[in-house]
Amino acid sequence: MGKEGARQLTQEMQDYQTMANQMRPKKPLLKNAVTAFFVGGIICEVGQGVQWFFMQHGMTAKEATSPTTVVMIGVGALLTGLGWYDRVVKRGGMGGSLPITGFSNAMVAPAMEYRPEGLILGVGAKLFTVAGPVLTYGLAAAFVVGLVRYLITGVA
Amino acid sequence: MTFLWAFVIGGLLCVMAQLILDLFPVTPAHVLVLFVVLGALFGGVGLYGKLVNFAGAGATVPLPGFGYTLVSGIGEAVKIKGVLGLLTGGLTAAAGGIKAAVLFGLAAALIFKPKT
Repeated sequence: MGKEGARQLTQEMQDYQTMANQMRPKKPLLKNAVTAFFVGGIICEVGQGVQWFFMQHGMTAKEATSPTTVVMIGVGALLTGLGWYDRVVKRGGMGGSLPITGFSNAMVAPAMEYRPEGLILGVGAKLFTVAGPVLTYGLAAAFVVGLVRYLITGVA
Repeated sequence: MTFLWAFVIGGLLCVMAQLILDLFPVTPAHVLVLFVVLGALFGGVGLYGKLVNFAGAGATVPLPGFGYTLVSGIGEAVKIKGVLGLLTGGLTAAAGGIKAAVLFGLAAALIFKPKT
């Protein structure tokens, strides 16, 4: 926040903000980072195991990436359905959320929760609560990157 | 060796995401969007591809791998189809993952009841 922003606050507002900052629980940075490392690392290790399995069946590493993603997404959806993956996210933070299994969790969990609101506006819409923004900005960014590369090099 | 680096690189990407979540006033959804965009950017300059060759699933399983898939798909499609590839390449490459996510997600949401 800039100095000008702070000047516009009344004394009362400043007091409140100081109090709110003191009350806010301090995040255990190191502990969160360590658990995120191990939870995320283990999930990627499982992914590497799945990829290795496909490579044993004659695929190159590149070819095996897509089926590996599909398997990991399926596992994430299943574990979310069983109620187990939410615990992984609670414990591991971004270690649970950043892998593709967490992306799957972010689709399934709200869809399950909002099922009572119906199949269309409940399940159908809430599947994309997180996947929607990720797809929107992922596609937009990839397009811009591809376009810039195309304009510079003639091939993307 | 890829097994070791998959763990380390995958873990480190998650640590970076966790630190951004803890140090800045953002939600996990913001961090996921940021990492997909970063994956596309680093994919575009060729760095993420090197990480994928090096760390395997440690780079493709975390969400930046999705952004990388979109960009590398565009690259391949433009070689074959020209400019139209800019529009078709990303989703073509990511089609398996997206379709799986929608199908499995829909199935799981219909089969399982949330525990309250």
